[in-house]
Amino acid sequence: MSAPLYIAGVAETPLGEVRDHNELSMVALAAREALAEAGLSLRDVDGLFVNYMGEEGSVQVAEYLGITPRFSDSSDLGGAAFEAQVHHAMAAIQAGYCEVALIAYASRQRTRRSRSVAARAPAMGVPIMYQFEDPHGLPLPIGRYALIAARHMHQYGTTREHLAEIAVAARMWAQKNPKAWARDPLSIADVINARPIAEPLHRLDCCLVTDGGGAVVVTTAARARDAAKKAVRILGAAESHTHWHISQMEDLTVSAGKRSGAEAFAMAGITPADVDVLEPYDSFTITVLMALEDLGFCKKGEGGPFVASGALRPGGSLPSLTSGGGLSYNHPGALGLLLMVEAVRQLRGEAGARQVPDARIAVAHGVGGLFSTAGTVVMGRE
Amino acid sequence: MRIDDPFAFPFWEAARRHELVVQRCGACFHHQFYPRPFCLACDAASPSWVVCAGTGTVYSVTTVHLPLVPGITPPYQVALVALAEGPRLLAGIIGQKVRIGAAVRLAWRERPDAPPLPCFTAEGENA
Repeated sequence: MSAPLYIAGVAETPLGEVRDHNELSMVALAAREALAEAGLSLRDVDGLFVNYMGEEGSVQVAEYLGITPRFSDSSDLGGAAFEAQVHHAMAAIQAGYCEVALIAYASRQRTRRSRSVAARAPAMGVPIMYQFEDPHGLPLPIGRYALIAARHMHQYGTTREHLAEIAVAARMWAQKNPKAWARDPLSIADVINARPIAEPLHRLDCCLVTDGGGAVVVTTAARARDAAKKAVRILGAAESHTHWHISQMEDLTVSAGKRSGAEAFAMAGITPADVDVLEPYDSFTITVLMALEDLGFCKKGEGGPFVASGALRPGGSLPSLTSGGGLSYNHPGALGLLLMVEAVRQLRGEAGARQVPDARIAVAHGVGGLFSTAGTVVMGRE
Repeated sequence: MRIDDPFAFPFWEAARRHELVVQRCGACFHHQFYPRPFCLACDAASPSWVVCAGTGTVYSVTTVHLPLVPGITPPYQVALVALAEGPRLLAGIIGQKVRIGAAVRLAWRERPDAPPLPCFTAEGENA
């Protein structure tokens, strides 16, 4: 059994609309805050893990922070990269390649308006997608998620009302989070009646576009001994990916999370029944429904009735999306890192009005790409 | 649109003749699409190109409400079609709307600046 590892510090960057910072200064703020929680400073960081921070992202971020890590990782697993990087950091620390791993991300997708459909137009130079898929006009990424939702509805009788319940539950949590972007009341009917984008997904089945990001520090018990706040133990972590082109996804109703979830839960020695708080990536409502099934919180095909019971809502049987998620809190292009920030705060009892009572085990489940990637991290309060 | 993929050249040459081709493994007869220099099923080298029957069923379908294709007014449908030979193909639907499970057959969308694009239409509809 390897020595236990911890998330010893977490922080959000400025969120929402950020007009007084750039992405690197945002990362620096979050990194310093997370390291301070861990009782550490930038000088202690010897492993750096980033995604979406530009070409050679970890090189750019390291220079900006003034550090020279001996382990460096810019793995692109989309929005799930950060959960996967906890997995990578565990491997690196356990192998002796680094001791203090900083995982960081920031984006100004909202103020830069870089998330428009036009900005995601056919990517020339990508040899397969641009010739075989892009000419048909399936929007990236929502069109792929829509095909998955349509197949799930056909195969299992899932309804738009089921999917809408996920957006409503997220909004209920967001109303308890002062940092949430969207806090107005939201009803099932509002979600159903929103304008269609790629059916069966409509506008309010989709996550927000905001600025934001965060930082997470992974380290050993010894290095976290001076932590200002209680470190949270990493009980398990795993990653997986299944496809890039939607034509290559073997079963549209089974995501990469089935494998990352099973492996992370096995490493942690837990079952779904042990989980007190779930932070599933909610890029779209269907992303959450599939995660609930693939992680084993309900049987395959029963995600609809499961959410309809109110399970995800405050006071529900499986409190989920407790920050308000990408649907209502913030979605700075990639949410995976902020899922872990929220999970840690829940386990520390710092979540204020949205605190889940006596939360002992939390799971952050990142999903990225074109429903391609998954990273699952199981965390526990000691 | 210039297609700069020498490996897919046979696909687009066939498309000019309104033939849909996929690869078939000479060793295990597995069909695959998109093309690769080996068989995904048995790892044998050099699968060959074969002409498809041009029939399939809709595995999933979405109706898109965004103007992403020049000359096509939304809403329009894009489907994952399971070809009779096995592989799935992402393709636009021409003509009447289809549902999952519907039988569809090949139809071609002519393009001014690129080879014809393989699409599908509901079985029984005049292309």
